[in-house]
Amino acid sequence: MAEMTALARVTRVEGLGMVTIRADLDRAGDAIAGASGLPLPGRVGIVAEGDRALGWMSPDELLLMLPHAELADALTDLREALRGEASLVADVSDMRCVFDLTGEDADQVLAKLSPTDLEMFPPGALRRTRLAQVPAAFWRIPGGFRLIAFRSVEVYLRELLETAAAPGTWLDPR
Amino acid sequence: MLLLTCPHCGIAAEETEFNPGGEAHLKRHGPGASDEDFEGYLFLRHNVKGPVLERWRHSYGCGKWFLAARDSVTLQVYGTYPASLAHPSDEVGDSVRAAHPNWRTQI
Repeated sequence: MAEMTALARVTRVEGLGMVTIRADLDRAGDAIAGASGLPLPGRVGIVAEGDRALGWMSPDELLLMLPHAELADALTDLREALRGEASLVADVSDMRCVFDLTGEDADQVLAKLSPTDLEMFPPGALRRTRLAQVPAAFWRIPGGFRLIAFRSVEVYLRELLETAAAPGTWLDPR
Repeated sequence: MLLLTCPHCGIAAEETEFNPGGEAHLKRHGPGASDEDFEGYLFLRHNVKGPVLERWRHSYGCGKWFLAARDSVTLQVYGTYPASLAHPSDEVGDSVRAAHPNWRTQI
């Protein structure tokens, strides 16, 4: 009998800087795009270029993810670009934990935990939703998903994902 | 199980991703109001059997409040609209009247 493998691998991602940007995106969109070096994502979208990503979190909120080393400069640039706007630029790198969920059946792991229709979830879409009992957000990366959730639920989330990915728990009918 | 579409982010999800916020379009009666008005604002709800207008929050998603028209008997969701509107949008109203031709809002 072939040895059963897990549905997906769960990997903790370290060293990611995160910046919450709140502003009127219609007014300040161009300024944010210029300062972050990324085009503005559409509604419930995420744009990733190189090692930076800019995600749409709500009608007035964006999340910029970038290597931790570039954080200080990005904060300065964004605050400068949004001077005079009613806005918030906050370093929230320590607020959330980040996991990569990779493997052929990563979709099935999330399908067990979240009320999301993953058939209708293309690359470039960002979904803020619920993973079992905790709020989380995820988007597609090559080979699987990247997930963010509050750091206070990191242990719960890791165990949740590993349990949902346990070998032999495929959703396909046998 | 209700399937609601958040008008702010356009995501259709089932009700566990949202939190209910009670009856919509309440008129606030604060300091200086008569006792009857204040009591009505605090305690008295229409609680109709049929189409109801409710507040919902996309709490696990974009975090925004919105309003929904649904049926308290059949659980059919007639539609959702932004909380900034003082009345249900025409689209939602038409959807309710398709099932209840004589329906009028409680507002």
